[in-house]
Amino acid sequence: MSFETCKDVWVFIECFQGKPKSVGLELLGQGRRLADGLKQKLCAVVIGKDVDEAVKEAGEYGAEKIYVVKDDEYENYSADGYGNVFLKLCEKYDPNTILVGATVNGRDLGSKIAVSLHTGLTADCTALSVEEETGNVVWERPAFGGNLYAQILCSETRPQMGTCRPGAFKKPEKNPDNKPEIIVEEIHTPVDEIRTKVIDFIKACEDNDMRLDEADVIVSGGRGMKNAENFAILKELADVLGGTVGCSRAAVDAGWMPQTKQVGQTGSTVSPKIYFACAISGAVQHVAGMSESGTIIAINKDETAPIFEVADYGIVGDVFEIVPALVKELKARQQNE
Amino acid sequence: MNIVVCIKQVPDTTEIKIDPVKNTLIRTGVPSIMNPFDKNALETGLQLKDQYGGKVTVISMGPPQAKAVLREALAMGADEAYLVTDRAFGGSDTYATSYILSEAIKKLGAYDVILGGKQAIDGDTGQTAPSIAEHLKATRLTYVLDLKVEGDKVIARRQVEEGVEVIETKFPVLCTATKESNKPRYATVKGVISSLKAEIGEITLADIPDADTTKMGLKGSPTKVKKTFTPQRTANCVNIEGNSPIEVADALIGKLVDAKVL
Repeated sequence: MSFETCKDVWVFIECFQGKPKSVGLELLGQGRRLADGLKQKLCAVVIGKDVDEAVKEAGEYGAEKIYVVKDDEYENYSADGYGNVFLKLCEKYDPNTILVGATVNGRDLGSKIAVSLHTGLTADCTALSVEEETGNVVWERPAFGGNLYAQILCSETRPQMGTCRPGAFKKPEKNPDNKPEIIVEEIHTPVDEIRTKVIDFIKACEDNDMRLDEADVIVSGGRGMKNAENFAILKELADVLGGTVGCSRAAVDAGWMPQTKQVGQTGSTVSPKIYFACAISGAVQHVAGMSESGTIIAINKDETAPIFEVADYGIVGDVFEIVPALVKELKARQQNE
Repeated sequence: MNIVVCIKQVPDTTEIKIDPVKNTLIRTGVPSIMNPFDKNALETGLQLKDQYGGKVTVISMGPPQAKAVLREALAMGADEAYLVTDRAFGGSDTYATSYILSEAIKKLGAYDVILGGKQAIDGDTGQTAPSIAEHLKATRLTYVLDLKVEGDKVIARRQVEEGVEVIETKFPVLCTATKESNKPRYATVKGVISSLKAEIGEITLADIPDADTTKMGLKGSPTKVKKTFTPQRTANCVNIEGNSPIEVADALIGKLVDAKVL
């Protein structure tokens, strides 16, 4: 992989059961910016068994070229199978930059590719830009629980690689008229070279099946909720607004909420249209995971709580009084419509 | 069963404060702890040993003070502990760190399972453990909830965003643990006392003479920090007030409607 010959910005379009995950599409928006800055093409990489939907969406979200590898052995993610495909594609097409979603599998795949190609990988980036004079991507990321941000460069090796958290960026505008070049590659991985096999899958059961990263409205509670039962009032508010309930790390540590509902540096990064922070103090750890939300509403007894520094609207008061009042008034308003 | 657990000493990031004047991290007085996810990995290792027998070896790369977390691991029940330390290792990014740790693990001899936390709470990359696997060309499974042995097969349950995968693989395998994996045990008084007397081995550059020094330290790291800064908060919070909760609720709803949020 050399500086002189490498070209293009690649985005890995991760799929789950044939459907592209949102993060890959979000990264096409960032990839577009980087590709423009580097004066290169934006390419998507789709690997799987059923890839049609992902290929279509990758095109609509702006990919100029789509590399497609499909076969039965890629039905489920495996580091061995997907790694083999990605490395062969890199060998043949020599990318300049690779973006991967910082999902469970994306983090794994990114590490595999970077180590195999002896290049740098920056994890969980939240902002990307290009240094025009050098052609280096500036990878910006939080560390120390969001207390510190760092800008990282991979200036001596290519491809330059980064993972980005789901929800950290918005999806770009869809353009159904975009006509990408589709390049289908036959790359097979012998079954005995895939050393891990998925033999069963147990789907997570969540309320309304709504995931944090897909919700338009999130109502989160923190330490001040006092116990697990009290989250019921947040659920009511979320239901009225068609959203879902989240929480801070304190609520997970206390055993009131599952970790899948945690917003923050060690939980999910979210950017819903509306984010309610109820009885959450606003530790940087939490703020790192929600500060990109459209409108942030903080409700806290303590007027000095740092959450008010990131909120658009602040209510100094008791969540156990304010939230039920909000539910009541919102319901009344909906009935009048 | 030979079990190697990689642990890291980290600052307790929940205790970190920002100097309001200089806008820098205040690190003095911040307690150093064993990375919480690594503690889950250690518990996974100890449970495997409890069930199938064997030896749990803990390793940590860091300065001499990182021996504190190795002692804590011994107190919890690990059998042997090694500090991977050398000036040549300083400034390593995840690529270089994982390379050095993979060489240290080779030095320890044959292994069945390598364990680590899904990520460390200071760097938060989640890359080091899977990168170790890649340097070793070992099978890897991240975010593993539990492992059991069935004949010559290993059955692991793996937490992914959409649910839990049940995966079949074989030893040797590298796995990372999450908070949901288990509840780490406490050290016993006897464990603490014996850990104080236990010898902690050191693995330095001299102990891995065949390792490639161009893949170590700052120079061997493909990523470099350009700059660091503390996040700026600039939002102007609109304070919503009223004489009763209902008034406050109405005022907020009014503002949200005006702003076309609702």
